[in-house]
Amino acid sequence: MPEIRNYTLNFGPQHPAAHGVLRLILELDGEVVERADPHIGLLHRGTEKLAETKPFNQNVPYMDRLDYVSMMCNEHAYVMAVEKLLNIEVPIRAQYIRVLFDEITRILNHLLWIGAHALDVGAMTVFLYAFREREDLMDCYEAASGARLHAAYYRPGGVYRDLPDHMSQYKPSQWHNAKEVEKLNANRQGSLLDFIEEFTRRFPKYIDEYETLLTDNRIWKQRTIGIGVVTPERALQLGFTGPMLRGSGIAWDLRKKQPYEVYDRLDFAIPIGKEGDSYDRYLVRMEEMRQSNRIMQQCVEWLRNNPGPVILQDHKIAPPKRETMKEDMEALIHHFKLFSEGYCVPEGEVYAAVEHPKGEFGIYLVSDGANKPYRLKIRAPGFAHLSALDEMSRGHMLADVVAIIGTQDIVFGEIDR
Amino acid sequence: MANYQPTLLDRLQQRFTAHLFSPVKLAHKEVTLEVNSSQILSVCQALKNEFGFEQLIDLCGIDYSAYGSTQWETQQASSSGFSRGVPSSSDLSSTPDHPRFAVVYHLLSVQHNQRLRLRAYLDNEQLLIDSIIEVWNNANWYEREAFDLYGILFEGHPDLRRILTDYGFIGHPFRKDFPLSGHIEMRYDPDQKRVVYQPVTVEPRILVPKVIRDDHRYTQ
Repeated sequence: MPEIRNYTLNFGPQHPAAHGVLRLILELDGEVVERADPHIGLLHRGTEKLAETKPFNQNVPYMDRLDYVSMMCNEHAYVMAVEKLLNIEVPIRAQYIRVLFDEITRILNHLLWIGAHALDVGAMTVFLYAFREREDLMDCYEAASGARLHAAYYRPGGVYRDLPDHMSQYKPSQWHNAKEVEKLNANRQGSLLDFIEEFTRRFPKYIDEYETLLTDNRIWKQRTIGIGVVTPERALQLGFTGPMLRGSGIAWDLRKKQPYEVYDRLDFAIPIGKEGDSYDRYLVRMEEMRQSNRIMQQCVEWLRNNPGPVILQDHKIAPPKRETMKEDMEALIHHFKLFSEGYCVPEGEVYAAVEHPKGEFGIYLVSDGANKPYRLKIRAPGFAHLSALDEMSRGHMLADVVAIIGTQDIVFGEIDR
Repeated sequence: MANYQPTLLDRLQQRFTAHLFSPVKLAHKEVTLEVNSSQILSVCQALKNEFGFEQLIDLCGIDYSAYGSTQWETQQASSSGFSRGVPSSSDLSSTPDHPRFAVVYHLLSVQHNQRLRLRAYLDNEQLLIDSIIEVWNNANWYEREAFDLYGILFEGHPDLRRILTDYGFIGHPFRKDFPLSGHIEMRYDPDQKRVVYQPVTVEPRILVPKVIRDDHRYTQ
């Protein structure tokens, strides 16, 4: 009788389905996974250590680079932690802008997730559709902050600047003639808010398009139903948060349960799953995009009618306007102090968490009264999710591991930090 | 989410009288429980079973050795000028009686909608604490991370390997005495036609010195 041995397979770190730099050591019995041992850390940049050497306001851009597909939500948790320690209240308009961009970010994240997840499982088209809409939302990022990815838009005390009155427009080029450009610019004639509003009217139809491609698709269902089932008890035990927890049927969403900013004034629903498998998590995230769309509409409505300051007027924390610096000595001093030394934050420790598209993203911030954080711990949702990969993929086929990585919505920037 | 904190504080204070390292604290609407590291396992079990904290949100290590130390002395600055912000060995001002390392746990109760921070200081001589994997299974990777970055040992952990740093890494990089630029660097050597490791060549420098200023605006 021939000897039967398990086969150990190295997967990644450079593999299209590894969503970055995941290295998996898989122990296989035939094609069935016996054990999965993820090796992480290949993207470890020591963000938390670096943050200890920078003043508080210079750490905001590091946050963008954690989960690099939902940039502003990362910033949000960090600025909330700093604001909590400083004990300051953010202007209401800034709170609405933050919520608006949190939801734009959620859609951005879920669009990348649906594209990549479907691509991993074998549906090519969704990826192309999803990136069409991501382009529009990236333009919103660009219009507000000047950057398409690493925005650094949220600042302790508010947001960097108010929403612009003009949308950037396409220009004729060798690929687009004047007539085509006019068509492309049709919805960019007004302000950023007009553009977002127009987007929110279009977007539900787009989600329907994705759903016609996937929801009743036989292959999609075969690849996701019953794959990576997590019971509610295990989901809690494994530290799941966000859609991973809701997919298992636990109605837990920080936006509802521990509302921050103005989420308690907005009307939206929390979708939950039933079976705890990949298909349910897919449905949960699809519905979350529709709900985010609703929240965006309400924010646009409010922001249109309520002008006001978007950042704290206390220049010990938020920089003064650039124009005033040219004439006002005090403004110049404030500016110099803020950008050279920064501000000292009172001694203490706080934990601030937001409902990030992937789950609970938390910042544990310890200050010893200095101008730099003493310790910054980033609680990344993906870290807990990936640590459950072994349990979720045991007994499944090798190809299902890819589907499970997809359903966990893994991004290495936040896991490795 | 209404004001549960004072009640929780009282209940914790009563239940854990024998385990407390210091009185239960309430600051920024967050409850902090500091317990003796030797009793961490029983405290965690009680918190999970009696207080309903069914989720471990986060676990991390902290090195308190540079707590409150500054790189700029602002008091004498007017007479002698500012010192250059260079790191000195006196930065690590840890007093021997204060524990240097701590493990901090963040707990969440989904059923009661409550949060709790739990901290256990470690013995300076022996960085050892019980693993809590049996209470919350996701502690596995968090404890590996704390071991990797701070060198804290978790007794009873089934697989205490490094997690974030490179294979074969030496040292615990998040300790305050570990330089930001590290000890070794990697480069491609065209002569040997391979990647070589060598002692780090960058000079450590401080862009913005750490300074503590007494600011009375924030006293609550």
